[in-house]
Amino acid sequence: MADFDQELDASGLNCPLPILRAKKALAALSEGQVLHIIATDPGAVKDFEAFAKQTGNELVESREEGGKFHFLMKKH
Amino acid sequence: MSGKKLAIIATKGSLDWAYPPLILGSTAAALGYEVEIFCTFYGLQLLRKKLDLKVTSLGNPGMPMPMPMPVLLQALPGMQSMMTLMMKQKMKSKGVASLEELRELCIEAEVRLVACQMTVDLFDFDSSDFIDGIEYGGAATFFEFAGESDITLFV
Repeated sequence: MADFDQELDASGLNCPLPILRAKKALAALSEGQVLHIIATDPGAVKDFEAFAKQTGNELVESREEGGKFHFLMKKH
Repeated sequence: MSGKKLAIIATKGSLDWAYPPLILGSTAAALGYEVEIFCTFYGLQLLRKKLDLKVTSLGNPGMPMPMPMPVLLQALPGMQSMMTLMMKQKMKSKGVASLEELRELCIEAEVRLVACQMTVDLFDFDSSDFIDGIEYGGAATFFEFAGESDITLFV
């Protein structure tokens, strides 16, 4: 996994909380910084793609590992 | 993305039906939408200081039940409270946000919450029954925002 500046563990949280928490965490980052989000909600995979598309932030990585979903979101 | 608007009319005051407006409102705000939720009739419950919403299976054959239960049994005193408690526990165990949390997120994201003045008067509500920071208005107020919205939803 690539480098990241901050981590957000949204494990156990269901829609729309992972997105809302990520939005909050991203607001505290500067442009170009990367947020690593961990989630267990399978719906988060499509939701983070949609979030990135609509907010202009870049979804650098999205993968599943050990039953959890990992996302790298670069703030734009 | 910026400049998009979402207008929602919230008309229901049960625990389950309070979710769609608050989930969609908070998420749209997170995506950069400007959001207004116009609360009318039972939707005014979303604006009460204390969110004490209940869920009922009565008149709702679509509600999944943990065990089959005759309708007359579901109507017994205390059943509604019990079902509400069970629903809240299930939501908590599944990581579903509470209504309080979602409403707080809406307020933080500057979602405009509007109480329908006509139904506030109809039900003899007082502004002290509601949380601070809400607006009051009528149908024309709704259309002022909805007319410029990209999405309008009736819940």
